[in-house]
Amino acid sequence: MELVFALVIGALTASGVYLILRARTFPVVVGLTMLSYGVNLFLFSSGRLATGEQPVLGTAASYSDPLPQALVLTAIVIGFAMTAFVVVLSLRNLADNEDDHVDGKQPYKSPAPEEEEVTGK
Amino acid sequence: MNHWLTAPVLIPLLGGILQAFMGYAPISLRRTLALATTVLMLVSAIVLLVLADDGSYRIYAFGNWQPPFGIVLVLDRLAALMLIMTAVLGLFCHLYSIGGADEGNRQFHALFLFQLMGLNIAFLTGDLFNLFVAFEVLLIASYGLLMHGGGTIRTVPGLHYVVLNLIGSAIFLISVGMIYSVTGTLNMADLAVKIPEVSGEGLNIVKAGGMMLLVVFGLKAAILPLCFWLPRAYSKATAPVAALFAVMTKVGIYAILRVYLLIFGDDAGELANLGMDWLFPIALATLAMGVIGALGSGSLKTLVAWQVIISVGTLLAPISLGSEAGLSAALFYLLSTTWTVGGLFLVSELVANQRGTAQDRIITAPKMQNRTFLSVLFLIGAVAAAGLPPLSGFFGKVLILQSVQSGTEMAWLWSVLLIGSFLTVIAYSRAGSIVFWRTVEGHLEKPDPLNGRISVAAGALTALAVVIVVLAGPITRYTDATAEQLHNKDAYTEILQTKMVREDS
Repeated sequence: MELVFALVIGALTASGVYLILRARTFPVVVGLTMLSYGVNLFLFSSGRLATGEQPVLGTAASYSDPLPQALVLTAIVIGFAMTAFVVVLSLRNLADNEDDHVDGKQPYKSPAPEEEEVTGK
Repeated sequence: MNHWLTAPVLIPLLGGILQAFMGYAPISLRRTLALATTVLMLVSAIVLLVLADDGSYRIYAFGNWQPPFGIVLVLDRLAALMLIMTAVLGLFCHLYSIGGADEGNRQFHALFLFQLMGLNIAFLTGDLFNLFVAFEVLLIASYGLLMHGGGTIRTVPGLHYVVLNLIGSAIFLISVGMIYSVTGTLNMADLAVKIPEVSGEGLNIVKAGGMMLLVVFGLKAAILPLCFWLPRAYSKATAPVAALFAVMTKVGIYAILRVYLLIFGDDAGELANLGMDWLFPIALATLAMGVIGALGSGSLKTLVAWQVIISVGTLLAPISLGSEAGLSAALFYLLSTTWTVGGLFLVSELVANQRGTAQDRIITAPKMQNRTFLSVLFLIGAVAAAGLPPLSGFFGKVLILQSVQSGTEMAWLWSVLLIGSFLTVIAYSRAGSIVFWRTVEGHLEKPDPLNGRISVAAGALTALAVVIVVLAGPITRYTDATAEQLHNKDAYTEILQTKMVREDS
């Protein structure tokens, strides 16, 4: 279970980081979402992975830690609100600049060489 | 348990909620209520400052839970100093915004108050995860404030700011998870007890977590590789917002101070002084980068935004050396530079309003109307920021220079700080002489006259540089005591022993 869990977190984080480095706002937003999923799972695992254990007040020697679940819940709420905000901001960027490049416009390209001037002699 | 501790959080919270529901009330009513809230917050900060000055730790435990299990607010001298700094800056920024900058967005005051609330929670909290929540509260409000003012120029810097801070939050959560997985606690006092006992394979996890935490705080404080978002975002923001943001980088510095002195302090076993040997060269490089940026800036607001980065470098250099004298000097400079930079942002906006299409760019333009008043304010701000005598920046820098012990660190700090200050003087005198003196004949559309509120706000915030000099004695006594208190870790961890339920009941 640990291996699968770690692989999932790794895959989510890696694709999230890759997408954040893209130049268009849509992949960046999707990348942020995937990164936050990866982070949430990671945070969840910080209380150790256990199935069928009693919560902290039980009588058993091993128990499942409830605190990371509270942390994840907070992180999910904040992450969800932030995703909504960043979507609106990207749409605003698209509307303002008529381009969804993260810098508002394409990086400067040298203009195509002008046609040779016709000089009459 | 001291219930006063919740006042700086509850006052802006209630005031902000009131504003959120009053979006369609007359603007004069909203302004009066909003300003009253900020004044009340300042009063509560003064009360807490008086309380904290006896050198003891006061806690407020939410729900009356014993500290390591519940979230606590902790008041000490450092927290009180940061609260009063924020409250004073917030009050003058608010007064300035009431002069007309708050029009155009019905939720401006609500966002402004929520931002203050987030700052106050960050300064008071004694819990690492609660610090994350406080960062989010102040960031969410700051996203809204940064976009305030309409127009399209703020969209791209705003987008960069939001995306960068979201990545920062993700890293914060990862490092919190790493630290929790080893220590099983996030209460700062409890962490300070448990970190020295960490050994074996847990050690490297905590080490990695601690270093990632430094990256997050570095992003908030805008240290060198993570500072390039700042000049564009700050120079495009509306003046009172930019001035309030002068305290945002200081939150990062506060977090570094709190976490790295308390949790990874001198007696943290193998993790003692984690990351501090990295911080010193980075701080000097940040200072140098800020000076280069200031020399190359094309408008007054960009110049002031680079000044924020210069002050971050100047502050972190003595902090990373970790001596008590250095810490005290840094806290003195922190107070001085935050208010000065805030004042300079407000003055730049006043200048921009008087120069028609030239705005605040450093170019020749027709003569301004209130040239004498504005140029005196700019002069005071620039002298205080660059660190020339007789204003507060000079004393801050002298204290910092005095605090280092002789050695290679002293050679580096003295040379970078002094050459940097000299070049800053050049940057300010170039900007000031072009903007105020090199005027051309020409006709300007008559600008709106300066109204009382904005001139009072900008003037008073700038004049605080003089007030700090007058009160330098008491302030130094206070910062000395703060530095001493910060180095005494055992007193902080004693809050874990606080009894929440009375024995006799």
